[in-house]
Amino acid sequence: MFTTNEILETIKMIDEDCLDVRTITMGISLIDCMDENIDRSCEKIYRKITRLAKDLVKVGEAIEKEYGIPIINKRISVTPIAMLVGASGGDPLQYALTLDRCAKEVGVNFIGGYSALVQKGFSAGDEALIASIPKALAVTQRVCASVNIGSTKAGIHMDAVKKMGEIVLECARLSADDNCIGAAKLVVFCNAPEDNPFMAGAFHGVGEADCVINVGVSGPGVVRAALAKADPSLPMHELAEIIKKTAFKITRMGQMVGTLASERLGVPFGIVDLSLAPTPAIGDSVAHILEEMGLRHCGAYGTTACLAMLNDAVKKGGVMASSSVGGLSGAFIPVSEDAGMIDAVKAGHLCLEKLEAMTAVCSVGLDMIVVPGDTSATIISGIIADEAAIGMVNSKTTAVRIIPAIDRKAGEELEFGGLLGSGVIMEINQAECADMINRGGRIPAPLQSLKN
Amino acid sequence: MRAVISVIGKDMVGILAKVSGECEKANMNVIEVSQTILQDMFAMIMLVDIENSNVPFASFVEHMERYGEQIQVKIHVMHETIFQAMHRI
Repeated sequence: MFTTNEILETIKMIDEDCLDVRTITMGISLIDCMDENIDRSCEKIYRKITRLAKDLVKVGEAIEKEYGIPIINKRISVTPIAMLVGASGGDPLQYALTLDRCAKEVGVNFIGGYSALVQKGFSAGDEALIASIPKALAVTQRVCASVNIGSTKAGIHMDAVKKMGEIVLECARLSADDNCIGAAKLVVFCNAPEDNPFMAGAFHGVGEADCVINVGVSGPGVVRAALAKADPSLPMHELAEIIKKTAFKITRMGQMVGTLASERLGVPFGIVDLSLAPTPAIGDSVAHILEEMGLRHCGAYGTTACLAMLNDAVKKGGVMASSSVGGLSGAFIPVSEDAGMIDAVKAGHLCLEKLEAMTAVCSVGLDMIVVPGDTSATIISGIIADEAAIGMVNSKTTAVRIIPAIDRKAGEELEFGGLLGSGVIMEINQAECADMINRGGRIPAPLQSLKN
Repeated sequence: MRAVISVIGKDMVGILAKVSGECEKANMNVIEVSQTILQDMFAMIMLVDIENSNVPFASFVEHMERYGEQIQVKIHVMHETIFQAMHRI
């Protein structure tokens, strides 16, 4: 029998501290849907996705109801579509519309994989797909796009970096009437993980099985509540112990939900992504965890150190709790989706440079950051290149998801609604780097020895 | 299959009988009960066997939540597996 405290702890985590499973994502390989005829290819995709994922939402909701654990999103990730474009040719937009139709048919809120992997160069289909991203994200509602422009083994593909600066800006322009939401559905990666269940950067890697279930857990609120209860005089390493224990419990729940979903859907279980993914809800903020450690504001000196410890402790606690860990695994810092981050930006404590430093030690990268609409494409490329360099050198995933707020200036706000939250437009350094970006070419892969 | 029913609220006469009465209606056998008073609040934990239950588990969860509101306590019903996963290695 469990003790009263154990039972109440679990109930409090769910009821008061916003513990949830953030997403159950079904990864579906589309390799067998490739066809030299684009219409046939789209038809095969539609049939395969609607067959495999027809019960995804139903099963997710049933588990939620039976077990009392909120499962916020049910989603799908697919093989990078650029590969299918390479085989079929034609207008990639047809694939975007097909994916959107599939998502609506099975009832998932996002489908990821309108993607290209171009870390070393463009192959057939890559350039056409990248060029179509702005329009694809403007005419569809549920499709998410991502492009991998660098890796530790390949270096950084600067021609792609240059192109992506223009694409990000164009995505925002084409959705200017809708809070520039297009740019919020596009992620530019370095070292993109192939089994990531989180949007907007999810895609189903080519090394993955035909169909798998990946689960993304969350729970910044639970970690914050655990730290809030701790004695304020505790040294840092003891806070790390508390985080590890909490992460263990959160992850065990994710593992349980993933196993159940995979059994009921008859699909192999992939991974648990051990992430702390904030939401704009009160008490569900990563920034507030850092503040609970003793920072008056997120963004103060000491933030990077606290985040490094948090990120590491979450992984250490989570790894033992799951049979298979993968994806992004770590703390996310999406500015517009985190109430504490939004406050820190408004108060002037958190700037882009500090966020960049934070991304060197946490899970993802510059995420959901709104910049002034008159920022040039080359400056956006510069931001992407810097962020990719951090990922490349540190052998970790980094990403850029920034939203140029067209026709708006620093200090104004974009209201995305829902989990995407609201973003204050951040003042950023507008010094040009066009000459460097226009060089194109590649930044060679870094040395893997003599590390200092 | 077993479930954990937790009842939290102000202590009152007959609370145990009321909750176990609902279990009986659903044909759930009560295996273990523990109760404590935490700062004036009554907390009761019941472990019940739901193997031979005559209602779908999800509807029982909803029913007990509503029943809790009626008698002014908070009732949660959850599968035992969640607690196993979280608190036992």
